[in-house]
Amino acid sequence: MSERKDIALTINGADYEVSVDPRWTLADVIRDHCGQTGTHLGCEHGICGACTVLVDDVPMRSCLMFGVQADGKKIRTVEGLADGEEYHPLQKAFMENHALQCGYCTPGFLMLATGILEAEPDISDEDLNDVLSSNLCRCTGYANIVKAVRAARDEMKAAG
Amino acid sequence: MDDMRYEAPDSQDSAISMLAEAGGSGKVLAGGTDVLVQLHAELIEPDVIVDIKSIPGTQDISETDGSYTFGAAVPGMVLMGHEGFSSTWPGVIDGVALIGSIQVKGRASVGGNLCNASPAADSVPAMIAAGAICNIVGPGGSREAPVEDIVTGPGKTSLADGEFILSFTLPARPPHSGDAYLRLTPRTEMDIAVVGSGVNITLDDDGTCTAARVALGAVAPTPLLVADAADALIGSKVDETALAKMGDACSAACNPISDKRGTKDYRIKTASVIAQRAAEIALERAREN
Repeated sequence: MSERKDIALTINGADYEVSVDPRWTLADVIRDHCGQTGTHLGCEHGICGACTVLVDDVPMRSCLMFGVQADGKKIRTVEGLADGEEYHPLQKAFMENHALQCGYCTPGFLMLATGILEAEPDISDEDLNDVLSSNLCRCTGYANIVKAVRAARDEMKAAG
Repeated sequence: MDDMRYEAPDSQDSAISMLAEAGGSGKVLAGGTDVLVQLHAELIEPDVIVDIKSIPGTQDISETDGSYTFGAAVPGMVLMGHEGFSSTWPGVIDGVALIGSIQVKGRASVGGNLCNASPAADSVPAMIAAGAICNIVGPGGSREAPVEDIVTGPGKTSLADGEFILSFTLPARPPHSGDAYLRLTPRTEMDIAVVGSGVNITLDDDGTCTAARVALGAVAPTPLLVADAADALIGSKVDETALAKMGDACSAACNPISDKRGTKDYRIKTASVIAQRAAEIALERAREN
């Protein structure tokens, strides 16, 4: 066995202390050792974006980061998006615009879009297309995902 | 492999001794976007991963008399967001902007892009064209080397065991200077260059080219600095004739492979076209400042 390292991180505001093997990715730690399985793993080599989470509010691929590197970091995952029973505007927009079919890529798209809309609330349609090209969806087709994120952007802006 | 250790030393000296102690079985980690993929694919099996991001200097961007130095582990998104650097070296930013998606660039660094030693790395031709120097530290002390001297073949570098790049220094920009990087890919996003070209030029007040550097990626086992291509521009007004001559020199320098993204002949032909288009963008930028 490898030498374990003890780390402390927060996921959606909750504190976790984990003794991690150096080989574990952040995705492994979030899913297997903190029980937050909303974050999905697709390709596991940085292409598909399904495992996108926010690390200190910046979108990252949790398969491309070691868990040990998340020591002291603030992680946000799809489980933290809704405010109690109230869905996040992005979640609502995904439902209203039929932006998911099988739903496998959805947590990654939601966290990517959350990170971007928080950092750039006025992002243009064109820049949004560029950002959303970071992640793969193999069944919905991208048109409805783009539509949903645009709708959420407009609603979040209107809500201030 | 099961015994792999992870270390994040906070000084360059401890990083050097960890790497030196590991011999060839230590792996430097910057952003990790290549290292983690290679680990999963079992292409590498290091005994120790040395994360250099806690070492002073690896995460900083600074400017002295117009010359920029930035840390080898500065994430691409941070470099792109640095107004001073990105307005001074838009061509380097062209290259950095093409390294994967935004989540990848949130971690991936120019140091890692270079040391991963892919012939197709997008930031490397632009850094070579910029005349960037690597500030290398290692068991034998510190040394400097131009970026074009680092990659010696696919996946191979000239860095000795225990050595790593701490930061890069780019020269101060004379007036009327501009740089650009362009690449050709089958898809627009998340793909690997078939041909990439970085061009950096300086003009005099009359618009005559006084200095130029032209670099190519993905057309040989290593990124190339093409002196003949630069010579075709120097002394000219960067007109059609000079650009065509530069393009021919680029094609002549190519030694590519054929793969699923493009044949050898296709790469040789398009190297000329991409380099000329990059030079036109660099020219426009040089005229603007």
